[in-house]
Amino acid sequence: MSTPAEEAKPLAKKKKKVPFDYSPYIRGGKLPHIWCPGCGHGIVLKSLLRAVHASGTSQNDVAMVSGIGCSSRTPGYVDFNTLHTLHGRAITYATGLKMANPKLKVLVITGDGDALAIGGNHFIHACRRNLDLTILVYNNFTYGMTSGQTSPTTTQGKISTTGRHGNIDPPFDTCTLAKAAGATYVARGTAYHFQELEKIIFDAFMHKGTSVVDIIDACPTYYGKYNKYASATDMMEQLEKDGTVSVKQAEKLTPEELEGKLLRGVLHRSERPEYSEEYGKLVTSLQSKK
Amino acid sequence: MAVVEKEKRIFRIEIDPRLCKACVICVDFCPTDVLMINGNTVAVKNLDACNGCQLCDNRCPDFAIQVFEE
Repeated sequence: MSTPAEEAKPLAKKKKKVPFDYSPYIRGGKLPHIWCPGCGHGIVLKSLLRAVHASGTSQNDVAMVSGIGCSSRTPGYVDFNTLHTLHGRAITYATGLKMANPKLKVLVITGDGDALAIGGNHFIHACRRNLDLTILVYNNFTYGMTSGQTSPTTTQGKISTTGRHGNIDPPFDTCTLAKAAGATYVARGTAYHFQELEKIIFDAFMHKGTSVVDIIDACPTYYGKYNKYASATDMMEQLEKDGTVSVKQAEKLTPEELEGKLLRGVLHRSERPEYSEEYGKLVTSLQSKK
Repeated sequence: MAVVEKEKRIFRIEIDPRLCKACVICVDFCPTDVLMINGNTVAVKNLDACNGCQLCDNRCPDFAIQVFEE
């Protein structure tokens, strides 16, 4: 039996749910974006904006650099300092930008083809130097903008415009490549796991040194159509939910069970001297010799 | 025992038909089957069932849907 005093106690008022307001981060009049219905890039962009908001960084201190491709259209829609550059060269422009103004937080938005095929060399050398860049690779396993050709991450056996009988090329694992090249923060997220992705992008953004995030998302228009996925939702469930395993879950699974699945979560983290700081120190020491 | 009635939480779903591309992601992922496709845009079918989980908002690639609590 409860006492009258307890009965009279008012219920603690729950905080009302309020949706995140993206409008301060979106350039006025730029929406709707050009991405196809069901494309995961929009979901990734939302997670990115929430992560940048959580970091408390002023929009004037963020620079977003991109190359060419569907993913690289992102800077056109957001209200940061933005730079849309040549195919595969996003990281080179970002390197110049960061070296000229080391106070900027530089985000590189690139796709699987942009980062790993034409920009592959720039990608590994940026990782080697450990320059403070946050490289987000939107990995949809295809060249969506030019009608679905085989990309360096296309899974073996999958069909594309240039591989009508199934792809025979073994794909790149972006994370293994980045780790081997020397990146100090390497993680993988998916558009399906939007909360986890937000946290990963936040960590990558705050990390000092090259951070690489491989983001799995769906291209229903080409990759989905050629490979007989029923819808964007079906792609998200098969590729992103069932096709990936979190690092924690993977510890309990056998190598046979892990076959064909991508690991999700923070895959590598280390500390090394950051390149622009080392460069600054060198400049200071040479100037003091005068 | 005093019976405390759980306060019904009321939500309002705002859809921007200018931005919606009817990709069906929100309709498919809604756990309580609140949404439906009506022509070229998504529409609210059963607002009473909405539990405010905001999965539709977070998984919408087009910035087209938002859930507010009244």
